Amino acid sequence: MEFTNALSIATPELIVVIGAMVLLLVGAYGGDKARPAISLLSGLVLIGAAVASATGPLGQAFMGAFVNDSLAVFAKVAIYLASAVAILLGHGWMIRNNQARFEYPILILLAAAGMSMMASAGDLISLYVGIELQSLALYVLAAFNRDDAKGSEAGLKYFVLGALSSGLLLYGASLIYGFAGSMAFDDIAAAAAGAHGTSLIFGLVFLLCGLAFKISAAPFHMWTPDVYEGAPTPAVAFFAAAPKLAALVLIARTLGEGFHVIEDQWRQVILALAVLSFCVGAFGGLMQKNIQRLLAYSSIANMGYALLAIAAGTTVGVKAMLVFMVLYMVDVTGFFACLLALSRGGRPITQISDLAGLKQDRPGTAIVLTMLSLSVLGMPPFAGFWAKVYVFGAAIQGGLWIFAALGLAASVVAAFYYLRLIKLMWFDPSPGLTDPAPRDAQWVAYAAAAFSFPLVLFALGWLDGFAGTAARALGLG
Amino acid sequence: MIGLAHYLAVAAILFTIGVFGIFVNRKNIIIILMSVELILLAVNINFVAFSTHLDDVAGQIMAMFVLTVAAAEAAVGLAILVTFFRNRRDIAVDDASVMKG
Repeated sequence: MEFTNALSIATPELIVVIGAMVLLLVGAYGGDKARPAISLLSGLVLIGAAVASATGPLGQAFMGAFVNDSLAVFAKVAIYLASAVAILLGHGWMIRNNQARFEYPILILLAAAGMSMMASAGDLISLYVGIELQSLALYVLAAFNRDDAKGSEAGLKYFVLGALSSGLLLYGASLIYGFAGSMAFDDIAAAAAGAHGTSLIFGLVFLLCGLAFKISAAPFHMWTPDVYEGAPTPAVAFFAAAPKLAALVLIARTLGEGFHVIEDQWRQVILALAVLSFCVGAFGGLMQKNIQRLLAYSSIANMGYALLAIAAGTTVGVKAMLVFMVLYMVDVTGFFACLLALSRGGRPITQISDLAGLKQDRPGTAIVLTMLSLSVLGMPPFAGFWAKVYVFGAAIQGGLWIFAALGLAASVVAAFYYLRLIKLMWFDPSPGLTDPAPRDAQWVAYAAAAFSFPLVLFALGWLDGFAGTAARALGLG
Repeated sequence: MIGLAHYLAVAAILFTIGVFGIFVNRKNIIIILMSVELILLAVNINFVAFSTHLDDVAGQIMAMFVLTVAAAEAAVGLAILVTFFRNRRDIAVDDASVMKG
């Protein structure tokens, strides 16, 4: 009885995992002929899992190792939908660039299963297994184009640094287990309230270093620019969105459920990561010539803002992080969709200078890129502005107004490189005509731009309600 | 008498050797994979030592998971290394530097 109950709580993960296994067999027997069907079915599996998690029962399963509360549901729906969009974007692009293989959607399914484990982790074992399931799928995705020197180098760097970060995380987990005497977050919270509070900090710092690697927060960001440059563009569009949300939800849950008693100690670590991230992101992006490297620095900076919201250590902070991440995911997916829709002479556009004069032959894409750039830099009335309003509001409410001011200063510096993109597209001479745009990426880009303004104004109240319910699940003050 | 502290010391030493193996070694990527294994096994010593000390089985279960994941990780790592070697004909660490910035 209890086991069937546990299975019904874990239905979304079961759908994704069983779907991935079945489709892998279909691919193994059907070969490349089955590829369009596998892509379509993977997308349907993800949408089915999103519906199942939105409507499924809440509760704890497997003796507290798996928690399905409203925070997990919120994260899972966003993760599954972002993964489905990544499959849609990747399908056409892989065909156009002769890299099409049926494994791509299956790897995304497996990564999505790992991410939803991360969102539901109730103890250190499911935390570790979720992270590894996600990471192993992502390493392979980074090296997906196996005939490309840059691609395999990106995969190798991601793998080595990712494995090191898992090692740090595990060492931290082992120390926490030793001092707290249990793997479960609620027992850890009880131990943190007792005599072992300070010794747990050692383990927690290691654990946070490992997690900071996964969200590419400075000073653990070294892999990000190289992986973003070398990996296939649709895979990068995926890396930049869903895995970051999953890891941030995991950080919020670990800190909120396991360590809220020693909040004053971990807040300093999170604040240091946040400030370094938005400074490195803002200043590192200034010198970049490759668009994907630029977006890598942009994502480092944005992880800094998300961490700033978590550092507030309140329900409002977690809510701000969730709203910020959803709006950022839409923006960044739209940005990558524009890149996927652009090519010149059959080769994808990689350099920032290639965007010069885009308004002449692709006014639609130029408008979309302009809107999304303004949104990411935080210009009102676009989505990115509201995202930053939430984050800075939560930080100021948590008494972190100095750090909010630093964040604002960094976003002014970062505005330079977004404005340079806009200037290039609208005022510089074009180096030549671009190829006709593929429809799938084009529509995703238009949808993201329409969301960043004006749809966000209607969606925000609704998103605010869901994020508020999700954040209250952690039971912070 | 060998107690908990001894096991933790051995694990800490192995962990440090593993981390240094990743950063100091400039010759061969296989050595990095070996260092990663060393880190994971050092962590396993920690888990098993704590598990015995606390008389709690969860640490040993975790050690089993770590072993399984380490095997999967080695498989993925070697596969990526093979594609890297096919593109470069070499696996020296210093060669992994087409991208800089």
